[in-house]
Amino acid sequence: MAASELGFLELLRWAWRQLTSMRTALVLLLLLALAAIPGSVIPQSNTDAFAVQRWQDEHPKLTPIYEKLELFSVFDSVWFSAIYLLLVVSLVGCILPRTRVYWRAFRAKPPAAPRNLARLPHHATYETTESADELLATAERVLRKRRYRVVVDAEAGTVSAEKGHLREAGNLLFHLAILVVLGGFATGSLWGYQGGVVVAQGSGFSNTITQYDDFVPGSLLQASDLEPFHFEFDKFDIEWLESGPRQGMAQKFAAHLRYTEKPGAEEKKYALRVNHPLSIGGTDLFLIGHGYAPHITVRDANGDIAASGPAVFLPEDQASFRSFGVVKASAAKPEPIGLEGLLFPTFLMIDGTPMSIFGDDRNPFISMQAYVGDLGWSKGSQSVYVLDKSGMKLLEKPDGGLFRVDLCAAKINGTPNTSCKNSTVKLPDGAGSVTFDDITPWVRIQISRTPGKGIALGGVVLALIGLLGSLFIRPRRVWVRVRRRDDAETLVEVGGLERSNGGDATDEIDEIVTQLKGRGTEDS
Amino acid sequence: MSNDAWETLSNQSVTAAGILYFLALLAHSAQWAALRKLPADETPESGQVATFGRFGLLLTGIACAAHFVALVARGLAADPNRVPWGNMYEFTLSATFMVTFAYLVLYRKYKLSWLSPWVVGLVFVTMMIAVIWLYERVAPLTEALSSPWLVIHVISAILASGVFFLGGLVSILFLVKARSEAREQMQERELVTAGGGAPLGPAPRTGILARIPSTDALDRLSYRLHAFAFPVWTFAVLISGPIWAHYAWSRYWGWDAKEVWAFITWVVYAAYLHARATAGWKGRNAAILALVGLATLLFNFIGINYFFGGSSQHSYAEAPAAVVQVDAGIGVGAAPLG
Ligand code: HEM
Repeated sequence: MAASELGFLELLRWAWRQLTSMRTALVLLLLLALAAIPGSVIPQSNTDAFAVQRWQDEHPKLTPIYEKLELFSVFDSVWFSAIYLLLVVSLVGCILPRTRVYWRAFRAKPPAAPRNLARLPHHATYETTESADELLATAERVLRKRRYRVVVDAEAGTVSAEKGHLREAGNLLFHLAILVVLGGFATGSLWGYQGGVVVAQGSGFSNTITQYDDFVPGSLLQASDLEPFHFEFDKFDIEWLESGPRQGMAQKFAAHLRYTEKPGAEEKKYALRVNHPLSIGGTDLFLIGHGYAPHITVRDANGDIAASGPAVFLPEDQASFRSFGVVKASAAKPEPIGLEGLLFPTFLMIDGTPMSIFGDDRNPFISMQAYVGDLGWSKGSQSVYVLDKSGMKLLEKPDGGLFRVDLCAAKINGTPNTSCKNSTVKLPDGAGSVTFDDITPWVRIQISRTPGKGIALGGVVLALIGLLGSLFIRPRRVWVRVRRRDDAETLVEVGGLERSNGGDATDEIDEIVTQLKGRGTEDS
Repeated sequence: MSNDAWETLSNQSVTAAGILYFLALLAHSAQWAALRKLPADETPESGQVATFGRFGLLLTGIACAAHFVALVARGLAADPNRVPWGNMYEFTLSATFMVTFAYLVLYRKYKLSWLSPWVVGLVFVTMMIAVIWLYERVAPLTEALSSPWLVIHVISAILASGVFFLGGLVSILFLVKARSEAREQMQERELVTAGGGAPLGPAPRTGILARIPSTDALDRLSYRLHAFAFPVWTFAVLISGPIWAHYAWSRYWGWDAKEVWAFITWVVYAAYLHARATAGWKGRNAAILALVGLATLLFNFIGINYFFGGSSQHSYAEAPAAVVQVDAGIGVGAAPLG
């Protein structure tokens, strides 16, 4: 019994020693690098859920296997976490004992001179007529000036000096700071959240979960943690490049917001721009996308308005902003009406193909198909960007030909569009009519709270400071021994030890010897 | 000067720098061809060989100046003026400039004459690749790229990349030299056992390899270059990068392909620094790790842009599609402001 218990304990001790060895740290680091690779090759659900969906549609056989292996969320996976947790354990196991050793060494005096200084990797000797006491005093002065901690042993005729203690402190600080960074990062993913919302010009947003289009909460987030701010989106500025190699690119986006930090608070203004987030308490609002919302009015068979106002269309293509969208008129009588189709901000018919030739809304045009029937609300939650046509019937011309809602906009951002002749069309079968009233911009705003980002940043900065110390401070030991000789000369021996890798103390010793010979007056 | 004139000046300076680098390469090749026959411990201070060497260095210096002019003109050609780091062509031009510049700065301190042909050749080839395959006309930066953090982030990334590059070069030479040293030792041993008589003493060594410093010196130089570049890289990818990402994309770290590879590069170089302090990994293995690090660095720069294309937010090519997730769980592309 006892023997096997001992064996077990020994095994544990052995395993611990292995785990906290430098070699294991090295292997774990390489393993971590290796493990990160799939995260860059396979689409990741928390960076690009759409790409994951597409990948899964294309690889139905591999998908279940990949899902089991957590390859769509590598950085949250069990195996990735296992590697870095092992690394953290190894790091703690390695660093704590070293801190203890360091603490002791910090208070210790520089060690006594070795018997034979000539054996040290860097050494020099010379003879002089000065007295031994004088020399010891000079050596002490020279070495102190060079920021060594010095101990003089007059009896033995030696000076011991040491410097560069902070290198190890830097190394310890660096490794401990890594833990701080991990802590900050973890805080963010536990108590933070990130959400996105599309807001049309002229409308607003209140910070509650239900108002978000997508919302990724940290695992410990409470709904009450959301700051109760509200904003109204008044106006969007944008500038289009009309010439040059990036012709058609947009610049200088600014979404003008009016916001209150909490209900009843004073209203403030902010121009939200890329790279210039708005901070409200611990929450940041970022401008990350924009597009167009055509205002479409749908009248039903009775001539009553069944739907109106801006409908958010999503750009399909960055250069031209050709956008796709749907309109749902559920209140239409006798049957709900649905529209689905494209928006061309600067419309031009080229060889019979409708195109958008520019991203700006210079000549807005919609081309949609109309459906009547069940919009599918009964099936529960449904996207406002997708029309479920399974219960609907496509409207056709009386002769069975293709019917399209092809309209230009009566107004552009509130200004009448004089070039537009027909902005209204009647639907076949007397189902009603559709009017393209206006077109206004929308913006996509990313809202996120990342607690612990200050901790993470502080941690990396500390790590960098520690790293600089650990890489550039040269720990060194230097000894000087003086011996009187028979011929009334004094023999001076200087020896040095470089204690970091990649260093070379030869120059240091040479300089010390030069200063000793010049009696330490050279640089005073 | 008009923007077009600046752009033309930049292109002409690149051509001039390319020609000068090539001439410098010829000068150093001539120097080395002549040196090959001399014993390695003998380097003439005057005469033809020395002239070639000095001429090569001078040409490299002028090329570096022209290279610099090309970069500045590139920035001034843009409207509004900006730092010349908007696309891969500009980034390559800047990184190669940094390699030459670091080499020139360190030339005296570390007596780098043995490195000259390698550096000049490498810079020349890389620059030609940039001109032939990566060239793009000057264009304004996309909105997400115009931030002071771009300047801080990219300058540190370029500086670190340039120095890592030099460090990798030294590590390659280390491996080559280590092999030749091992072979020499073996030959000496064979000589001693075969001769049986009095040792002949070391034969004067000649040739290119003999002129490269000892493995110890190479190892130390490589370490110093990496030790310099690593904190700079840390600052670039783990401090300034995340701060900028926070402002531009609303998250400071998002495991985007480029971020993943910057992290991998960082971890591999951290492993290199560990390797140098671990018995049994010193020397050869450490040098190999340094090269793995360089490979990840290059892959991050070239591979991500080409293989991952628009799926990385850092792609220089086309702005990425931000994702609008709708309640049905379907993602639809929205226009990003990048
Ligand atoms: C998160 C993982 C780690 C990272 C990123 C990391 C990074 C580094 C870096 C960059 C250095 C170089 C600084 C220098 O040369 O002084 C270093 C040194 C060192 N690391 Fe780590 N390390 C990690 C984990 C560990 C672990 C687990 C151990 C212990 C087993 C360890 C022990 C050491 C030691 C002893 C040194 C000093 C080497 C010397 O004296 O030069 N590290 N580390």
